[in-house]
Amino acid sequence: MDLLDILLSASFWAAAVRIASPLIFATMGELICERAGVLNLGIEGIMVIGAFCGWMTVYLGFGLWFGVAAALAAGMVFGLLHGVLTVPFGLSQHVVGLGVTLLATSVTYFAYRLSLPEVTIPPRIEPFQPYAIPVLSDIPLLGAALFAQTPLTYLAFATVLVVSVVLYRTPLGLALRAAGENPASVAAQGLSVTAIRMGAVIVGSGLMAVGGAFLTMSAFSSFFFEMINGRGWICIALVVFGAWKPGKALLGALLFAAFDALQIRLQQTPLGALVPYQIFLMVPYVLSILALVLMSRRAEIPAALMVPFNKGER
Amino acid sequence: MRLEPIANPTALRLFGLPAAALALTVLIASLLALMAGANPFDTLGLIVKGAAGSKFALLETLNRATPLIFTGLAVAVAFRARLWNIGAEAQLYAGAVVTVLLGTGALTLPSPVLIPVIALAAMLAGALVLLGPVLLKTRAGVDEVVTTLLFNFIMLLFISYLLEGPMKDPMGMGWPKSASLEKAARLPRLVEGLRLHWGFGLALIAAAVVWVIQGRTTLGFEIRAVGLNIDAARFAGIPVNRVLVKTALLSGGLAALAGFSEVAGLKGNLTLDLSPGYGYTGIIVAMLALLNPLGVVVSAIFVAGVFVGADSMSRAAGVPTYIADILLATALLTMVLAIRLTRVRIRWG
Amino acid sequence: MGADDGAEVVLRLDRITKRFGALTANDTVSFALHRGEVVGLLGENGAGKTTLMNILFGHYTADEGSVEVFGKPLPPGNPRAALGAGIGMVHQHFTLADNLTVLENILLGTRSMWRPGLGRRKARDRVGRLSADFGLAVHPDARVGSLSVGERQRVEILKALFRDARILILDEPTAVLTPQETTALFDTLRKAVALGLSVIFISHKLGEVMTITRRVLVLRHGRIVGEVATADTDRHRLAEMMVGAEVTAPKPTERQPGAPLLSLRGVCTPDRGNAPGLRGVDLELRAGQITGLAGVSGNGQSALAGLIGGLERPETGTMVLDPASHEAWSPRAALGAGIARIPEDRHKTGVVADFTLAENAVLECYAAAPFSRAGWMNWPEIDRFAARIIDTYDVRCPGPRTRIRLLSGGNMQKLILGRALDPGPRVILANQPVRGLDIGAVTFVHAQLIAARDAGAAVLLISEDLDEIMALSDVIHVIYEGRLSPGFARASKTPAELGVWMAGHGFAGAEHAA
Repeated sequence: MDLLDILLSASFWAAAVRIASPLIFATMGELICERAGVLNLGIEGIMVIGAFCGWMTVYLGFGLWFGVAAALAAGMVFGLLHGVLTVPFGLSQHVVGLGVTLLATSVTYFAYRLSLPEVTIPPRIEPFQPYAIPVLSDIPLLGAALFAQTPLTYLAFATVLVVSVVLYRTPLGLALRAAGENPASVAAQGLSVTAIRMGAVIVGSGLMAVGGAFLTMSAFSSFFFEMINGRGWICIALVVFGAWKPGKALLGALLFAAFDALQIRLQQTPLGALVPYQIFLMVPYVLSILALVLMSRRAEIPAALMVPFNKGER
Repeated sequence: MRLEPIANPTALRLFGLPAAALALTVLIASLLALMAGANPFDTLGLIVKGAAGSKFALLETLNRATPLIFTGLAVAVAFRARLWNIGAEAQLYAGAVVTVLLGTGALTLPSPVLIPVIALAAMLAGALVLLGPVLLKTRAGVDEVVTTLLFNFIMLLFISYLLEGPMKDPMGMGWPKSASLEKAARLPRLVEGLRLHWGFGLALIAAAVVWVIQGRTTLGFEIRAVGLNIDAARFAGIPVNRVLVKTALLSGGLAALAGFSEVAGLKGNLTLDLSPGYGYTGIIVAMLALLNPLGVVVSAIFVAGVFVGADSMSRAAGVPTYIADILLATALLTMVLAIRLTRVRIRWG
Repeated sequence: MGADDGAEVVLRLDRITKRFGALTANDTVSFALHRGEVVGLLGENGAGKTTLMNILFGHYTADEGSVEVFGKPLPPGNPRAALGAGIGMVHQHFTLADNLTVLENILLGTRSMWRPGLGRRKARDRVGRLSADFGLAVHPDARVGSLSVGERQRVEILKALFRDARILILDEPTAVLTPQETTALFDTLRKAVALGLSVIFISHKLGEVMTITRRVLVLRHGRIVGEVATADTDRHRLAEMMVGAEVTAPKPTERQPGAPLLSLRGVCTPDRGNAPGLRGVDLELRAGQITGLAGVSGNGQSALAGLIGGLERPETGTMVLDPASHEAWSPRAALGAGIARIPEDRHKTGVVADFTLAENAVLECYAAAPFSRAGWMNWPEIDRFAARIIDTYDVRCPGPRTRIRLLSGGNMQKLILGRALDPGPRVILANQPVRGLDIGAVTFVHAQLIAARDAGAAVLLISEDLDEIMALSDVIHVIYEGRLSPGFARASKTPAELGVWMAGHGFAGAEHAA
C-alpha cells in the first residue's frame, strides 16, 4: 500500500519537519503577540519581507547568519510599526495588521524590482546545509527526520523551548501572560502594559520574519513573489489550534506539515493522476479552517486579545 | 502617555491631521522615487498625469475604479457591522465564474434580460461564498478573519482547476482561460464612443443604494448597532446573527459584482489574473472612505488613479510600479492614525 | 482632631488639585495619615475619591500639590515609586489576571523582568505566613479565575502585603462582600493596624465607616468638606456632610401584592464560563411588588437576569408569563411580553456609546411603527420620541442628536430607564440599577421603580448592595450558586441573617463553604 510506504519513509518525516520549520518560527511569533493581547495580522507581509531580506543579504555576499539577523531586524522594524499603531494608539488591530501586510509586501516587491530590475529568474544563493547530529541522526526514522536538518530547523525547535520557558518560568512571561488577560493587573503593579505589548509585538514580528527567511535560506534558496502564499494566515490558525500554548502549537505545526508533506507525495501516486493537483494544494488551507472549527469553542483565548489598554481608563 | 477623548475637535484638527497624513504619504513616496534614482517631483507629476492627464487616462482610471468601488463597498458594508470580510477576492472570482458560466451560451435570453439575470446570479454566488465563514462565525464561533483569508487561496486554486479543466477554452491555445462571453451578455458602453462600460454606472448605483440602506432603513440601523456594540445590540433584541448573515449576503454580493463587471464589461473572459488583488485593495478603499459608501466612490477613483498613474509613470521614469502599493498602504496606516487623533489627544504622564 | 496625637505621619497630601477639562475632580485636598490608624474617606460617587487615590498611586499626575510618604516626597505619576514607598492599593475592580494562579498574581511585578526563575517556593512560604498572620485564607495554587469574589479580594490584599505595603488603600472594599465577609475583612484590617500598618478605607457606606475607622474625611465635589473623629459623629451627620443637604431616600409604602405576572418552576440554565447557571429555581414576581434578589455577585444573578431578559432559555423547568407568551424566548419576545429591562452594565449592554440619544432611545423598539414602517426608519418620529423621554425623565443633555458617550452615567441611566418604563411594562427587571450613580440619580431611579410598582408592575431588583435591597424590597430572595432561597418578607430578616444565606448556608443540599 502506497500510504504505508510513505508514512514509513524517513524522507517523508524529514520533509514534514522541514515544512514545519518556518511555520514554527512564525507561529511562536504570533503566539507571543497574542499572549500579550495583540493580534498581529501583519504576519503574512512580515514573512514576505523576512524571506526577502535574508536572501538578499546573502546574495549581497554576507554570511547566512547575517541573513537571519537581517530578516530578524526587518521583522522587528515592522513589528515596531504595528506595535506603535495598535498599542499606544489603540488602532484597530485588524486594519493595522492588514495594512502592515500590504506595506511589507509592497516594500519587498519594490526593493526586489529596484535591486534586480530586469531579472526574470531570481538568482540562487547557497542555502543552509543539513547538519547531521552525530549518533542521534542514526536513530532509524526519527534520526533522519529530526537530527539531520539544517541549523535553522534546530533553531526553530530551540525557539519553542525558549518561548515556553520564558512564558511559564520567568517574571517577564508572567507579565506578558497577564497583559493579554487583564492589562489592568499589570498596570497596577507599576509595570508598563505598553512596553510589554510593544516588546511582544516587536520580538514576535522578528520571529515571523525569520520564519519567512527559512523559506529562502533553507528550503528554496531563492526568492519568488507570492512564496509565502498564505503561510502567515495558516500560522494564525495554528496558534488557535495550539490553544495559545507553545508545545501544543508545535505539535499542531508538525501535524499540519505532515499532512502537507503527505499531499505532495500523494500527487505522485496513482491517486494523483485521478484528482486534479489543485485539490491537493487546497489541503493546507482546508486543514487550517478545520483546525479553527475544531478548536474555536474549546480553546482558552486570552481575555484581552484585541482589547486596547488606555492607562487610567475604566 | 494617555489618550483623552475630545468632545469637539477643532477644524484644524479635523482637516489638518488627514492632510498631514496625506503629506507624509507623498513624502515617503518621494523618498522611494529618490531611492529609485528618479526625480520625486517628476515621478509624482507623472503619476498625476498618467491618472488624469488626458481623457484616455481619466477613462482608464474610472475603468480601474469600477471593481474597486464594488470591493470597497463590500468591505465598507461588512466592516460597519464589524464583520471582517477579508475575502472579497474570493467573492469577486465567484461572481466572475458565474458570469462566464451563464454568459457563454448556457442561457439564451435577450440582452436586457440576460445581463440582470447574470448579475443577480453572480451576486448570489458571492454571497454564498461569504455565507460559509459567517455561519462558522455565528454557529461555531470561528473567527472570520482567517477563514475569509484562507478562502481566497482555496478559491484561486478552484479557479485554476476550472480553467485547466471543465471551463477551459477549447480555442485558447492551451492557455488557462475560459471561453469568451456572448455578445448579449456583454455590458454596453456607458456613453457611445467612450471606453467606459456600464459597470461603472452600476457601481455608482450600488454606492447610492448602500448609502440609503445604511442611513434610512432598519437594516442599516441594525448593522451599525451590531458593529458599534454587539452586546448592547443583542440585549436590545436586535437579531444579531440574522443581521450578520444579511450583511454577509450584501457584502459578498457587492464583491461578486466586481467580478461580474470585470468579465462582462472589460475582459470578456475569465483568467487567473482577472483581479490584481482588488479584493484586498477594497480594504484600503473602504478605510480611506471611513466606510462611507459615497466616500468609497471617491476613494476608489483616487486609488485607481494611483495605480493607473504609477503604471504609466513606471514606463516613463523606471520607478517600479510597486510604489503605488506602498503609497496606498502608507496612506491607509497614516490615515487611520490621523482619524484617531482627530478624536483623542495625547497626554503625557 | 485625632490628627495631633503624636503618632508618626506616614502619608501627607498637600493641596492636591486635579482637573479634567472643565471638571475639577480634586480641589486643594490636604490630609495626613498616621501610623496604625484607619481613616475613612467618605464621599458620593463622583466626589473625587477614586481620582485622589489614583494620584496617590501614580496612575494620574496631579496638576498641583504634592505627596509625601514617610517624610519623603513621592515622585508623581509613577506607580512603581508608590509601590516602592510602601503604598498598596486594592482597587474596586480587581486587578487580577484570571489565567494565572494566586501565587503568580502575587508574584507579578515583584521581581526584575530580566531575571530567570520566579522563586515560587520561597514566595509560597511567605504567602502562607502572611495568610496566617492576617487571616487571609486562600490556596496559592488555585487559578484566580476559579475564585469567589471574597477570595479575590484576599488575593489583592495579599499582593499588597507581599510587597511590604505599610499603607493600604481599599477602594469600596465591601461593595461585593457578604456581611460576614465584611466582618472578616475588618478583622484583617484590625490585625494590620495592630502591626503598625495604616489604612485608607474608601466607602460611601456610613455604617461600615463608623465601625472600622478612627477618623473620617468627607469629600464632596472634589473638596474635603469635613474631618471628624469617628467617635465624635454619627451616621446622620456624616450623611449630611457627604451630600451637603438632608437626604430623604424614597421609601415604598405597604401595599397588597397582586397576581403573579411571571413564575419560574424548577428552572435550570447552563453555566456560562465562570458564571454559574440556575439550579432548580422557583420564583414568583407579583404585580405591585418589588422582589429583591440579594447575593454575592457571580452566584447566578446574570443567569436569572438573562433568563427574564430573554437572552437565556430554561434548560429544564418552566417559565410562565401572564399573559402567556408564545414566541420563542428572546429579548424581543421579552419586550413583547411587557418586560422592561435595565441592564447590569449600562456601558457594555445598555447603550451603544457612539449612537445618538435618539438612536439609543429606540434601540429596543425601532422595528415597530411608528419608528419604522416596512423597513424604513422614521427619523422625525424617533427624534420626537427621544425628546419626550429626555423631558419626562430629566435627562440632562444638549439634545436628542448628541452622542450618548458624552453623557454622565446618571443621565445615561435615566435614558435607559425612560426607554424601559415608557411603554408601561408589566414586569421590570432592574439589574444593579444605581451602580456608580450619585445620590441624586439614585434617588430618582429608586423613586421611579417605586412608582412603577405602585402602578401595578412586578419589579425584580437585583443588587449587590444589601442596604438597597432591604430598603426597597417587599420580598427578598437570596441567590447562591444558582439556587434561590425562599422569599423573606420585608423586615423579617436582619442583614446578618441574610448574610448567612449569602454565604451559602441554609440551602437544601448545597455544599457550601465552611
